[in-house]
Parts: sequence; structure tokens; C-alpha cells
Amino acid sequence: MTTLTCVECEGEVEAAADVMVAEILECPDCGAELEIVSLDPVTIELAPEVEEDWGE
Amino acid sequence: MKIGILYSRIRAEEKLIIRALAERGVAYELIDVRRAVFDLARPEAWRAYDVILERCISHSRALAALQILDSWGVPCVNNARVAQVCGSKLETTLALLAASVPTPRVQIASTSEAALAAIEAMGYPVVLKPAVGSWGRLLAKINDREAAEAVLEHKATLGSYHHSIFYIQEYVRKPDRDIRSFVVGEKTICAITRHSSHWITNTARGGRAENCPVTPQIDQLSRAAARAVGGGIVAVDLLEMEDGELLVNEVNYTMEFRNSIEPTGVDIPGRIVEYVVEVGGS
Repeated sequence: MTTLTCVECEGEVEAAADVMVAEILECPDCGAELEIVSLDPVTIELAPEVEEDWGE
Repeated sequence: MKIGILYSRIRAEEKLIIRALAERGVAYELIDVRRAVFDLARPEAWRAYDVILERCISHSRALAALQILDSWGVPCVNNARVAQVCGSKLETTLALLAASVPTPRVQIASTSEAALAAIEAMGYPVVLKPAVGSWGRLLAKINDREAAEAVLEHKATLGSYHHSIFYIQEYVRKPDRDIRSFVVGEKTICAITRHSSHWITNTARGGRAENCPVTPQIDQLSRAAARAVGGGIVAVDLLEMEDGELLVNEVNYTMEFRNSIEPTGVDIPGRIVEYVVEVGGS
């Protein structure tokens, strides 16, 4: 488990040991969606906003 | 065997697929579509893949990548035709009608005025849908003329260009649930019912999933719908009419399934991987 700092609110965000690049975490404090952009070290950025053509 | 997984986000589904690949000892590479570049006259690097499993969230990016890969002869699951048909509600409806698969009545109009006339002729309520879109977003159930005028004006004023095509679907008075079936290749592998007191039952919108036994009717209709859009791996949304008849509402080509494994007891990611390996090996 890695503890990260939310780039939006500076709250604490936990990343599981098996986290992967491009996985999305949600900040428990502010609800921001955060994207894992690298693993060594584990770093996060604000995830892109949902776009209109997203879906399944 | 070398499988490429084209993705834009690693969701629960992608992790489950990756785990299923690892369990079977199948080699794979993750390819972030946001970073991928396709040099159109140089397909060699991409031809090194036996098969590409497309798992993008963005329909436009997925479709562009699949069209290129298809043109290069790289096998893809799903292929570009399936993505193109399923990504457009208009093309899906046309494909279902061409294959005589029962589906709700749809009218298409290109101006607010024509849309209002079509809605009035169809009778209330109707459902207005964006021609491209998923997860139950931007659907509008129109109950009367005042609502129709308001939503049409909003679309005309605020919508992007693809809201200028109005997709108007008859409202099907269904029970507080719909059915989603999962088709892999030529088999209906399982189905769920999605319950919600809201008329939009997507699990992405909070609908609750339960196992739904695959009856011969569900199986036949699901496979017919999958064939109509070009086959592959698809999730078919079915609506139950009051008389028990089923209609195919939509077909999804990059299906989400995290909430459907536990209730159905079916190893959906495992079945996906086995199918992809089969396509790559053929």
C-alpha cells in the first residue's frame, strides 16, 4: 500500500500494492478522480474529465 | 501468441482480463490508445500482434484505431465494423431492422421542428437519445409537448454537432428491470436483470444486477442481435414488453461486466480471453 497526496485537495489517497498505470483512484476527501501515471515512484494526476463519447 | 490490449483506462474489467490472461500463461502488451501513434504506411510493428483486444472508453479513438488495424489485416476483437455499428444508435437500429431483430420503433429527424412533429405523431412518452453515447447519459424521457419543446431547444442551443440528429425512440413500458445478455462468439454465456425504480436501469447509474437464466428466447435473440452487428464480444440490452415479448434496445461492443460475474457465476473475463486467443490463433 502506498499513501499518495491528492493533487486537488492534498488529502491522503491509498494506492494498492498491485496498482497499475492508467488505473483511476478516487480521493476519499474531495472525490477527485486521480489517474496513476507512473509506478516507480507511484505518481498521480487529475484524470481527464468524462468525454461525451465515452462508454462501453 | 502475442495479444495487444488497447485501452484508455485500467478499469476493474481490464484488470480481470489481465488476470485471466496471466492465469492462462498468455503473453500480452498493454497499449495506451492516448499514446499510440499509427504511421499509416508502416504497419509492421502492429502486425507483430496476433490479435488486438480493444478496451477503450472513447468510441472515436477506438473506432479510428480499429479502422486502421482492420485495414492492415490485424485481427481485432471487436472489429471496426462492430464498433462502428454499436457506437451509433442509428446504425445499430438499422442493422437490427435489416436482420429482422425486434427493436423499439425509432424515428430520426434533423431539426427541432421535424423532431417535435415526429414525437407528436409517435405519442407520449418517447425517449430522446444522443446518437453516440453510453452509460445512460443524456437520455431524456419526454412525457409531454412542453418537455419536448424544452429538451429540443436545449439540444439545439447547447448540444455539439451530433446532437443535431434527433434519435427518437418509442418508450417501452417495461417492468422495473431490463435484461443484459453477454454474447461471446456464437454463444450467449450468461445474462443479468438490472433492477431500478428509475426508468434508466444501467448498472453504471446504480441499477442492481441479478442472475437471469438464459431462456431459449433470450439466447436466440441475443445471438441474432450479435450477428446483426457483426459478432464478436457484445453485451445485448433487452427490454421486456408487457406481453412478454423481448426487444433489443442496444448492443455494447466494449462491455463492462464487473457486476455480472458474481450473480451469474460465469467467468466472463475467462471466456473473453479464450475467444480472443481463438481469434488470434485462427
